[in-house]
Amino acid sequence: MSDLMKVSSNPHIRSKVTTSSIMLAVVIALLPATGFGIYNFGLDALILILVTVASAVLTEYLYEKIMHKPVTIGDFSAVVTGLLLALNLPSTAPWWIGVIGGVFAILVVKMLFGGLGQNFMNPALGARCFLLISYTSIMCNFQTDTYTGATPLAALKAGENVNILDMVVGRTAGTIGETSMIAIVIGACFLILLGVIDLRIPGSYIVSFVIFITLFGGHGFDSAFISAHLAGGGLMLGAFFMATDYVTRPVTKKGQYVYGIFLGILTGIFRLFGPSAEGVSYAIIIGNLIVPLFEKVTLPKAFGRGGEKA
Amino acid sequence: MKQGSAVERLKNGIITENPTFVLTLGMCPTLAVTTSAINGLGMGLTTMAVLALSNMFISMLRKVIPDKVRIPAFIVVIASFVTVVELLLKAYIPFLYDALGLYIPLIVVNCIILGRAEAYASKNGVISSLFDGIGMGLGFTVALTIIGAVRELIGAGQLFGYSVMPASYVPCSIFVLAPGAFFVLAALTAIQNKVKIAGEKKGKDMSKIQSGCCSDCMNCSDTLCGQRKEEPDNGNN
Repeated sequence: MSDLMKVSSNPHIRSKVTTSSIMLAVVIALLPATGFGIYNFGLDALILILVTVASAVLTEYLYEKIMHKPVTIGDFSAVVTGLLLALNLPSTAPWWIGVIGGVFAILVVKMLFGGLGQNFMNPALGARCFLLISYTSIMCNFQTDTYTGATPLAALKAGENVNILDMVVGRTAGTIGETSMIAIVIGACFLILLGVIDLRIPGSYIVSFVIFITLFGGHGFDSAFISAHLAGGGLMLGAFFMATDYVTRPVTKKGQYVYGIFLGILTGIFRLFGPSAEGVSYAIIIGNLIVPLFEKVTLPKAFGRGGEKA
Repeated sequence: MKQGSAVERLKNGIITENPTFVLTLGMCPTLAVTTSAINGLGMGLTTMAVLALSNMFISMLRKVIPDKVRIPAFIVVIASFVTVVELLLKAYIPFLYDALGLYIPLIVVNCIILGRAEAYASKNGVISSLFDGIGMGLGFTVALTIIGAVRELIGAGQLFGYSVMPASYVPCSIFVLAPGAFFVLAALTAIQNKVKIAGEKKGKDMSKIQSGCCSDCMNCSDTLCGQRKEEPDNGNN
């Protein structure tokens, strides 16, 4: 029987887009940042990425086998989680950090809450924050052969001058995938052109962050200071690849704007007034937790409801 | 096993109605002080002393205490024992007193103690109530010690203050911080449930290991629960 003749409950109009095609697009979009990370930090970074992705995928496979559930590793979502997590690790981290992170992301944050679509928090970011709290010294060790010293954001916070060109290209210390603004933006453009993500969340996130930095940064509208904040740290990676996660963002359009603005303000507060230089991960997971409230407030009125009262 | 006998009460407190893993009562000290096995053990034993004594005294006074003011009366009894225990700890085990700090006076409002006073001691004989207190206290102690041991082992690589992990082990310090308490409690409760469900599948009579009270008294099907209330006094006092 052809698909046209199938009688089933709605939805009747089906899109060709599947979970695996979207996830594959995200993996492809992350390749420039991944490639630059490997070029930048060398073989250590490549090994760490492979270990993290493998442990994420293997965890999902084993969990589903043991729990007698359909195996869903074919949808690439575990690959995306593992890759995003690896891009958020410093290249100096030992291999077991990747394993613990991959297992925690998939097992605790994703599968225990019901698998893809049920997790309340971005698995990669949940695992990154878990590792950051557990192994602070390892997770903040950005010393490599190529670049030593603090991340540009930490230097900026200490009041030192930073080289913005290096930050945009990515020749700085940092986690594997966050350093190169150019590589991330190339990937993000690919996703936007494909229609996988749109600019609502990243746009409102970045604009509100810039406004916050201008108002409270103590530098006024200082383009060097602002662009250093934009290019430094995980802001670009977070705004385009993690805040836009389908599962943990609001579904309503208005809610997405509110969510983006909320993230921008939180990131600004963490970066300017918090004890550490970076705050994108914490901002996004806190935002994830408040998403149900954003959705509730911004729920569109059903057709025929609301309007003028009779 | 006879209902209300000493052995039955002890088993009930430690396994059947374990206050932490089955009743999930007293979560505040459970989550807050179990950063190490010794802290968990100390907190558990302190609570047990207060629980056993207050259960015994409330059971003795149950005919005297008017029903309408029973909660304040219970609190007075419990608070007296907590003060006694607090002063004793301060005098003889100062390191534990420092480690537990604010959580010792907070035993007054620990819902296990008030819960047992209300649910058991105020309706049952003195001896049964004493052993109910000891059983519940032991169950709490065992649970807190296990949680503390797991957190200390993963989070600091130690057990009762002694290093037991190989030197290459890097402690996962989140486990001695607040989130670790939730991870360990959830995992241990899940294991407890897993054992219970596995036993049920094998056809064993698991009714004795099931949670004693679903705390939904409107739809309660536990006939024992009603019996406990109506049980005539066994002449224990």
